[in-house]
Amino acid sequence: MTTETTPLPTPGEDFMAEGEPRQDLAVEQVSDATRPDQWWQVVWSSKKARVGIGIVAVYVVVAVFAPLIAPHDPLDSSFVPLAGPSSTNWLGTTTSGQDIASQLIYGARISLLVGLFAGLIATVIATVIGMISGYAEGTILDDLLSFVTNVALVIPALPLIITLVAYSEVRGIWLIVGVISITSWAGAARAKRAQIITLRNRDFVTAAKFSGEGTWRIVFREIMPNMTSLVAASFVGAATGAIAAEAGLAALGLGDSQSVSWGTMLYQSNAQGAIAQGLWLWVFVPGLVLAILMTAMTFINFGVDLLSNPHLREDA
Amino acid sequence: MTYVARKFGFFIATLWAVVTLNFLIPRLQPGDPAEIMVKRLAGKDAALDPAQVKAMRAMLGAPDGSLWNQYVTYLGELVHGNFGLSYTYYPYSVTEVIGQAFWWTVVLVVFTQVVSFVVGVVLGAYAAWRRNSRLDSVVTLGSTFLGTLQPFWIGLLLLYVFGYTVGWFPTSGGYEEATPGFNWPFIQEAVSHSFLPALALLIVTPIGWILGMRNTMIMNLGEDYIRLAKAKGLPDRHVALKYAARNALLPSVTGFALALGGVLGGAILVETVFDYPGLGRLMGEAVENKDYPLLQTLMLLTTAGVLVANLAADLLYGVLDPRARRAEG
Repeated sequence: MTTETTPLPTPGEDFMAEGEPRQDLAVEQVSDATRPDQWWQVVWSSKKARVGIGIVAVYVVVAVFAPLIAPHDPLDSSFVPLAGPSSTNWLGTTTSGQDIASQLIYGARISLLVGLFAGLIATVIATVIGMISGYAEGTILDDLLSFVTNVALVIPALPLIITLVAYSEVRGIWLIVGVISITSWAGAARAKRAQIITLRNRDFVTAAKFSGEGTWRIVFREIMPNMTSLVAASFVGAATGAIAAEAGLAALGLGDSQSVSWGTMLYQSNAQGAIAQGLWLWVFVPGLVLAILMTAMTFINFGVDLLSNPHLREDA
Repeated sequence: MTYVARKFGFFIATLWAVVTLNFLIPRLQPGDPAEIMVKRLAGKDAALDPAQVKAMRAMLGAPDGSLWNQYVTYLGELVHGNFGLSYTYYPYSVTEVIGQAFWWTVVLVVFTQVVSFVVGVVLGAYAAWRRNSRLDSVVTLGSTFLGTLQPFWIGLLLLYVFGYTVGWFPTSGGYEEATPGFNWPFIQEAVSHSFLPALALLIVTPIGWILGMRNTMIMNLGEDYIRLAKAKGLPDRHVALKYAARNALLPSVTGFALALGGVLGGAILVETVFDYPGLGRLMGEAVENKDYPLLQTLMLLTTAGVLVANLAADLLYGVLDPRARRAEG
């Protein structure tokens, strides 16, 4: 891919090549890029992924240095309420006199934390269940794990998450991370099960069996390294979904009560009638930064898909 | 036949799992769940009202019995459709409250789901057929961005622009003065009140279908039977619609129930934004007022709805694709 930016694709080259079918994930794919530095090159070769990584990097910097960047404390309500944008309050203030810009900056922390940890936990659950189930294909263990996976897949997540969170007295960020993780692993587990089934009869697995390696070692040390790209893709996907779920929960008033997230900003603005009072910035900005972050993560996944599916790689 | 039996078996087993989960969630916390709930309802320092605790216990089953006895009582209550009383709308029963809201959500969600499916499948198929055209690029890149937007946020923006600024549509509720029922004034009011909520969902919900359909269609277009159809000299339109699109539609059928779960999730928040009198707003209210009987029944009901849709999609898939029956049966 060339470095110049072309807004529209030239005929003959599929501009969406990166987003091409993932059905063949399970078919054939011991990736030829097996070392981490090579993965990075492959992902970086995608222009979309470069844009995505750049945007996420900005969000991470903002989240980490929030206290330095934000002009005020996000919960400080000493400003004039309902003020428009000014040099003190860049995006104006809320009905209770809080600085919208500072809330926005601190909000990045919640979204990224939830994305990181809920994404990690969901990926670990999906990997363990999917791998064991796939390696044990045809046994009772597989039937049981597959059933659990299918049940978790078909139950609509948001009503379940809402019910679970509504029961807890203290709604800390870790509760939200935990609840989102345990309700969002099923799709990824199914993909991993499908893939390990294609891998488990390969020669290197047979060789490992004959050399007397234990099942756990075969599954997690021999086979899993071949699936790293799928694991990485499912992490990015799970993190994106977790960020959306947190925003949805918080927008319903079920967010962490101790901190400010973009979802809680939306909840507050809706509850305080921001729209009816014409305070559109208060509503518009949190949703926009959320959408940009999620688009950036989707773009990164286009790059990660190249790892697992060499057919998609653009001629570099 | 085995295929059908298998799908029914999965349906029953899943339903049982959900019902059991619903039973366990309130009991996961330490202590007497009834007392804890009443305490939470009345405030930390308030004295326990024995009548309330008793009502709570009635909902949760015999307090002194073993977990198993409670479970049996709970199942019995479910079978008789007895879901307890709503706190928010006391003294109405949960069933009555839900009955009021039920059709609002069903109409909204079913309409959204059907329109999304049709729009998504048609756009996706067309984008794949005219691959790399300008339309294809607009559709696919646009979908990638629109797909990350949150329906409730879109709802808030629509409300600001069309509800308050331009004033074309009402800003909340489901109807104004008309008597609910099958009469023209009411239908008119209901449609104008449902327009923005439906639009908020419809901006996002077709995206999954578009991208899914485009991908499958592109794969199918590479198959030999397409080449054969073209070699036979069949018109392009015929090849696209009767050959490629028809086969590409199959995976979309199985995705139906999963997509329905997504639409329902979006509807919960969108209904809250628009104060639309459906199950989603009810769920928001139940959360706010800690109305646990209502909340749990809603969870059970929405999940059961998705499970039924999933069963229907599976059965339909078996009819449409003989390979599915053979492979699993």
